Amino acid sequence: MKDIFITGLGNVSPQKTFDNSQFLDEVVSFTTNQLRCQDPNYKEFVPADLLRRMSRIIRFGVAAGKICLADAGCQMPDAIITGTGLGCLEDTEKFLSNMIRSNEEFLTPTAFIQSTHNTVSAQIALLLKCHNYNFTYVHRGLSFESALLDSIMQLDSGAVDTVLAGAMDEMTQNTFQIQQRLGHFKQKPIDNLHLLEDQSRGSIAGEGSSFFMLSSKPGTKTYARISGLDFFFKPAPCEIESRLLQFLKNNGKSIETIDLVLFGLNGDYGFDNIFHNLMEHMFPKTPSAYYKHLCGEYFTSSAFGLWLAAKILYHQTVPEVVLFKNASSGKFRNILFYNHFRNIEHSFILVTQT
Amino acid sequence: MAQRVYITGIGIITALGNNTEENLSSLMEERSGIGEITLIDTIHKGKFPLAEVKLTHEELLDQVGLPHKSNLTRTALLGMIAAQAAMHSAGIDNAKDSRTGLISATTVGGMDRSELFYEKFLADKSKGQLRDIVNHDCGDSTERIAEFTGIREFITTISTACSSSLNAIAFGAQLIKAGLVDRVLAGGTDSVTKFTLNGFNTLMILDKNKCRPFDDTRAGLTLGEGAAFVVLESEELVNREKKNILCELTGYGNANDAYHQTASSPEGTGAYLAMQKALEMSGQTPERIDYINVHGTGTSNNDLSEGIAIERLFGENVPAFSSTKSYTGHTLGAAGAVETVISILSMTNNVIFPNLNFSTRMKELKITPVTQLKKEINLRHVLTNSFGFGGNNSTLIISKC
Repeated sequence: MKDIFITGLGNVSPQKTFDNSQFLDEVVSFTTNQLRCQDPNYKEFVPADLLRRMSRIIRFGVAAGKICLADAGCQMPDAIITGTGLGCLEDTEKFLSNMIRSNEEFLTPTAFIQSTHNTVSAQIALLLKCHNYNFTYVHRGLSFESALLDSIMQLDSGAVDTVLAGAMDEMTQNTFQIQQRLGHFKQKPIDNLHLLEDQSRGSIAGEGSSFFMLSSKPGTKTYARISGLDFFFKPAPCEIESRLLQFLKNNGKSIETIDLVLFGLNGDYGFDNIFHNLMEHMFPKTPSAYYKHLCGEYFTSSAFGLWLAAKILYHQTVPEVVLFKNASSGKFRNILFYNHFRNIEHSFILVTQT
Repeated sequence: MAQRVYITGIGIITALGNNTEENLSSLMEERSGIGEITLIDTIHKGKFPLAEVKLTHEELLDQVGLPHKSNLTRTALLGMIAAQAAMHSAGIDNAKDSRTGLISATTVGGMDRSELFYEKFLADKSKGQLRDIVNHDCGDSTERIAEFTGIREFITTISTACSSSLNAIAFGAQLIKAGLVDRVLAGGTDSVTKFTLNGFNTLMILDKNKCRPFDDTRAGLTLGEGAAFVVLESEELVNREKKNILCELTGYGNANDAYHQTASSPEGTGAYLAMQKALEMSGQTPERIDYINVHGTGTSNNDLSEGIAIERLFGENVPAFSSTKSYTGHTLGAAGAVETVISILSMTNNVIFPNLNFSTRMKELKITPVTQLKKEINLRHVLTNSFGFGGNNSTLIISKC
């Protein structure tokens, strides 16, 4: 693949990331295991009459997309490509619950209309009057990576010059309770900023939407380049290291040239050992960082991770709150981002300085 | 130079039948799959017709040879049946002998089981069997199909409402052209649920009778269910293995109508752009298209918008067209793949399946669909449309080899 330039960012998350002039200057802590988005002033992005009908994911997804477009100074992207694990949960649950409670009578269409998984990318297209390519990927822990791959392919083939690529997922009370029963989230509330100190099963729930303006050329502002992407399923334990070595080799990099490894550690001791093992075997002295204590765990949290990698390269600093091991005052040129979702869906993204 | 992409296998299950042969014979005999609601427990029974796959959950499990206790959704089961059939049809015994990807599509995912879960969960948050909710998301059916067909190299899922599976086929072709895989099993699956039935009912776009696409008196769509998959293979793989080719996938296009979340624009902008893009990629002029399998849902809005777009693009020479939703119902996320497979059946059998239930031309249009089975007709290039909520409009073109 050719290098892809990140020329704009938009991120609405449980942290105050919607303001691109800041970089985790203030950190929000939570006392529940369900991290909720910090809301920007949505009226800046969506007309009030439309806003009223929008559920939370549509609000923060559209806002993140529009922040990203403004950041890149782009009026009309050549494509809009998104990923979401669970789509518009609130609307889906609302229509489903009303249908059951009212025995299929007296239902109204709004929640149903907005329950489709491509609602956010469609709403952005509608607001921009953008008739271009518009795709949405919905594959669990690889929803965002799939959107990213399609974006790279569109740019690589020369079909488009700019792609507004992003991801969004929301957490609701019902789904939180269900996933807690499934053991995906910790049973007792913890302090999110001490996520990795808690040695128990499950993670903490999160949500958010991160968008990236991707371009085949550098922009007026260029945060970073995406230089490599790989994802795979249910690997045997030994397969991860060999796949990583091959990935680095394919992209002209070696272990020594990686300045920072960003891990998708989520505090679930049943799954974090995969990251720990890789770190000890392959990157014992390399600086490393993590992020899910800030945004929580969700199917598309890797989009928050990519945002963090791009910001680190742009600002050339690793905020203390995300530092995991081996602080460094050196330059950051190459970041390896490794995430996996419950040891089923795994992904590597190589992010480099421009 | 990008590789050419060929279609070497098809698999389908709809209200017309549980395999390709049954679907083909129903189409040839002009027998619709639309009938009374029999499988879902709803207050709308007797009010709206449906195009159901006439197999219970247990019977679907029997079809794939799995025990009745298996925790699978109807969407996954339909998908597994069609996907396996497509792999057999392409003569593939081992998915791992070449780099093979799976791109599936769905809109409701495991909603059939989620409905059962939520009935109990809403009354008491500690209730509801977790096995009924773990398969809710759209990725679940894809991973089940992947396990069942042995595909591991590349897997993803697309959900763009009713254009989902056409987009899955288009993305599959892009993966092959980019050289990331040699072969892709691509398509989609959706089951009828109370959620979708009630959803479309609130929009007041369900016809109380069988749907009448492109008819002046049309009053809405008829919901259907099913799954369909195609096997796409690269030129290189096809040549190396001397594969039997059904047709070539020569063009596809996606555009956004950017008009309204659910309604289509009066000018059919998105539909026009999608067809134009697909034609451009296929290198064909409009007059080379011999047949259009239209989206044709039977709603007042879709058929008018699509008809206007077709008249704008094809001018005085609109090719023969028909909506096969009058047979299969609207299979939502599976519709694009279902209609691609039906288009392939048209091309390989040299027939055009007529649009059922048509009697009166729409007063806004000059065009009328094919209403009688056309045989021994040479279809060199066939275009098929799939349009979805969010203005997601897609077109695919297949060409005879």
